[in-house]
Amino acid sequence: MKRRKERIDRGIKARSEDIFALTSWREMLYLLAPRALPVVGLLVVIPLTSAYWQEVFISTAVYALLAVSWDLLISAGLVSLGQALFYGVGSYIAGSLNHYWGLGPLLTLPIATIAGGAICTLMLLPVLRLRGIYFAMVTLVLPLMLLRLVEATRILGGTEGLTGLTPFPSPTFSLYVIQVALLAALFGFRRMMGSDYGLVIKGINDSDRAVMSAGINIYWRKTQVLFLGSSVGAFAGAFGTHFDMFAGMPGFALDYSIMPVAAAVVGGMGTFAGPLVGAFILVPLSEVLRALGALRIVFYGLFLVVFVVGLPEGIFHYVQRKYHQFERWVVVE
Amino acid sequence: MNTEQGPLLKASNLTKSFGGVMAAFDISFEVRKGELLGIIGPNGSGKTTLVNLITGFVKPDSGRVEYRGKNITGWAPYRIVSLGVARTFQMVRPFYQLPAFKNLIVPLSSPRVKKLAGGKYGHRDAVALDLLEEVGFERDARVAYKSAGSLPQGYLKRLELAKGMALRPDLIILDELFSGLSLAEVASIVPIIEKLVLQGKTIIMIEHRLKELFRIADRVMVLNFGEKIAEGAGGEVMESDAVKQAYLGSET
Repeated sequence: MKRRKERIDRGIKARSEDIFALTSWREMLYLLAPRALPVVGLLVVIPLTSAYWQEVFISTAVYALLAVSWDLLISAGLVSLGQALFYGVGSYIAGSLNHYWGLGPLLTLPIATIAGGAICTLMLLPVLRLRGIYFAMVTLVLPLMLLRLVEATRILGGTEGLTGLTPFPSPTFSLYVIQVALLAALFGFRRMMGSDYGLVIKGINDSDRAVMSAGINIYWRKTQVLFLGSSVGAFAGAFGTHFDMFAGMPGFALDYSIMPVAAAVVGGMGTFAGPLVGAFILVPLSEVLRALGALRIVFYGLFLVVFVVGLPEGIFHYVQRKYHQFERWVVVE
Repeated sequence: MNTEQGPLLKASNLTKSFGGVMAAFDISFEVRKGELLGIIGPNGSGKTTLVNLITGFVKPDSGRVEYRGKNITGWAPYRIVSLGVARTFQMVRPFYQLPAFKNLIVPLSSPRVKKLAGGKYGHRDAVALDLLEEVGFERDARVAYKSAGSLPQGYLKRLELAKGMALRPDLIILDELFSGLSLAEVASIVPIIEKLVLQGKTIIMIEHRLKELFRIADRVMVLNFGEKIAEGAGGEVMESDAVKQAYLGSET
């Protein structure tokens, strides 16, 4: 008697996000559970962890925001290797507003988000027509240039940076701020990409010439996406600045550019949830591996390679597919 | 400037070279409203380049394009579309990840469609499904819901046509719509084009399938090596020596 594994997709009824799904509790739960998971995880479980881990999860969420922002840009075909640009600009705006004008975090955060998004968009506007690796090169170089600019001209505190900035009222407060922001970005972007507005963005990624010939100004649309993406990155920077009570050259460091890409690749691109999952695996993992000392990077790199080779589609795509499938053993002759 | 009397589209002395290759040399032609103009020529004769020049995808080295008497030379493609000039691509360009009917949401989201509908987009999905039925996506078979990546060439060509029609254009340029299709498939698309003509649309068709083209075209223009070598009614044009030479080669 031989057995074989059979895979069946769950009915379209339960998978559609339409009104049909509201006909039974089971189907509603089926749809709600994966959406409730991140909310419960970020807002309930993480605050229960120790102070040390809370701090780890705060920096994880900062990277996750950068990864979600990266994922938005890639949805429009914009390959960014310079998330540090957004982080650094947001960080320096919030830092200087606080340092020179004494504005508190409640003001600097929104200002840095919008102004940072606008400044980064303006900086990248001239190269928005470039595609793929060409756009990526420019994004990679810009933060490194700004870094040296700060060092050479000694503006904004030079190599010392701006220190002694106003912290958030309490660690718990900052934890909730960043987790809520992360959830807002996650669900907001997922919803946006599901709308007709997002459909056009996906279209640009698929074939920009086809979108052009549909009478849509793709450069204006890409500018909007770039603004949204860089605003989220700038918010992460502004938040990190107040959390560390410091704005300085490390804000433009390569870490902020590379980690989001790694997180998105491990987690699964184009889903927003994937990069978030990726960040929540990679950043804590890097913390855990600290015990290994110098070998840390070796194991970290090994993990990345195993993941990319073993699950090239990313964790989220894999889990999502499995969630929508039944598997059972059937007897064959 | 009286725009109703003159030609709908007028191209004068269009020239474009890529490196040393003359893709278009001094091409002039006109299309009147409601006319179906065919453009034929051997491979590499510059037909698609001409479409790109008219629709703004390629900027001409010299010459000008006028639409309804307005100079549109060098305009961005999306602006030319907004005036009512739609095109299809020879190499189909569907949005592969999307279901077929969602492909039409992109043109249906254009500023032109919004303006024509009186500032509102309305129910885009329904409009998209109707359009697909018009170009032959059988509603019962639910082909419209399949992802564009899984559709055979015949449906992709129809989808391409529907994407153009979704813009509610006055002039629609079909770049080798029939290429890669079987006789039966071509025969099923011809009535759709004839219907567009009856609706008063102006059509420019680039085509290799001469027999089908000559049956529906009012006038045919022949290109060879980027130059216009003949123009006239379908049958007559093929009698010209220059055209025979271009298609069959010269004897010397």
